Amino acid sequence: MQLEDFIQKFAECFHQTEPSSIQANTRYRELEEWGSMMALIVIAMIDADFGKTVTAEDLKSANTVAELFEVVKNK
Amino acid sequence: MAVFTVPNIKLSGISSCVPKQIQDNKNFSLLSENERELFIKTVGIRFRRVAEEGVTASDLCVAAAEKLVTDLNWSRDEIKILVFITQTPDYLIPNTSSILQEKLKLSKSCMAFDVNLGCSGYVYGLSLVSSLLQNMIGGKALLLVGDISTRTISMQDKSTAPLFSDAGTATALEFSLNHNIHFNLQTDGKEFDDIIIPDGGYRNPVSTKSFEVKKYDGGNLRNNLDMKLDGLKIFNFALREVAPNINALLKEKGIEKSTVDFFVFHQANLLMLESVRKKLQVEAEKVPYCLYDYGNTSSATVPLTMVVKLRELLISQKLNLLLSGFGVGLSWGSVYIETEKIICSELIEL
Repeated sequence: MQLEDFIQKFAECFHQTEPSSIQANTRYRELEEWGSMMALIVIAMIDADFGKTVTAEDLKSANTVAELFEVVKNK
Repeated sequence: MAVFTVPNIKLSGISSCVPKQIQDNKNFSLLSENERELFIKTVGIRFRRVAEEGVTASDLCVAAAEKLVTDLNWSRDEIKILVFITQTPDYLIPNTSSILQEKLKLSKSCMAFDVNLGCSGYVYGLSLVSSLLQNMIGGKALLLVGDISTRTISMQDKSTAPLFSDAGTATALEFSLNHNIHFNLQTDGKEFDDIIIPDGGYRNPVSTKSFEVKKYDGGNLRNNLDMKLDGLKIFNFALREVAPNINALLKEKGIEKSTVDFFVFHQANLLMLESVRKKLQVEAEKVPYCLYDYGNTSSATVPLTMVVKLRELLISQKLNLLLSGFGVGLSWGSVYIETEKIICSELIEL
């Protein structure tokens, strides 16, 4: 699992947010579009594409996309 | 895992009743327009049926049962078992099934009891009724399953208000040689409070504090008599447990997945169900959904989906069905059942 791949898949989850604006250091919970619905979509994506289950606590514990990638990688 | 087979039981008929009143999530003002669109696309629920004041789950089930018994041409004296599965009974005491026995004019030689289960209730109900029937040669039973969950939620809570809808259903089962039904039922009480109405039972009796409206994550407002639902935890639970439960049932009973005609899931959340479907590697056309038009009707979703989406096939041919319910409790289960040209009444609107 590569960070670049994760960032691309993560960015594809969003509908209103420009994909190029999502980078490794993006604080995703501060994005305007982020909310409980986006959390569901991201959990489903990580489950389907990376075979890992992330929880609400995981999403709260990570600040940036790169930090979330580390959480997923270490599962 | 509680994997088991109940022999000599036939599903003879099914019917469903929904309230006439429709609410449209496109008008749900707590969400912005973009949020509403994302919700409808992701969760998959647009319209919800809402019971009028004074109409209970048992009323919807009575309408469904009356139609079904008439369509089956059953004599009411033949019905020896009545089970009512709901989390919205008429009263705390007595059991609603006794009231249903009287309303449906069933004989006094009929056992009747309630079961408090939600999302998994239909699958559990089939297991209960069929287990009771298997030693009752010539026996006939009614399984009534329904909820008016719209009464249990705060309309100021985005995590529940746009999800829930009301329905009542009736399923007819009877003793019949050489018909087997296979079950896999599971429970995990560790997360019992992921879906909960905290007050109003005997752990936390109703008090003036029960009515205090509090603000929760996302600005959601509810009191302790309203349902709380931790959507992300339930989402994780469904991703973790549902596919393994179904796979274990099929494997243990030697049933090839490809021979299942339809997988009918509890209609909770489209993204969740599509994730489960992909895990099971089942084709999209084998998984019917009715949640866009009817929302999450709690215990009633599986039979409602059968009536709304599979009626023509149920009445005209033999079908191999895998039904799966999962949620509040946490409680979940699946059942493999073969049906053949059953009675399936047209959807009733009350």
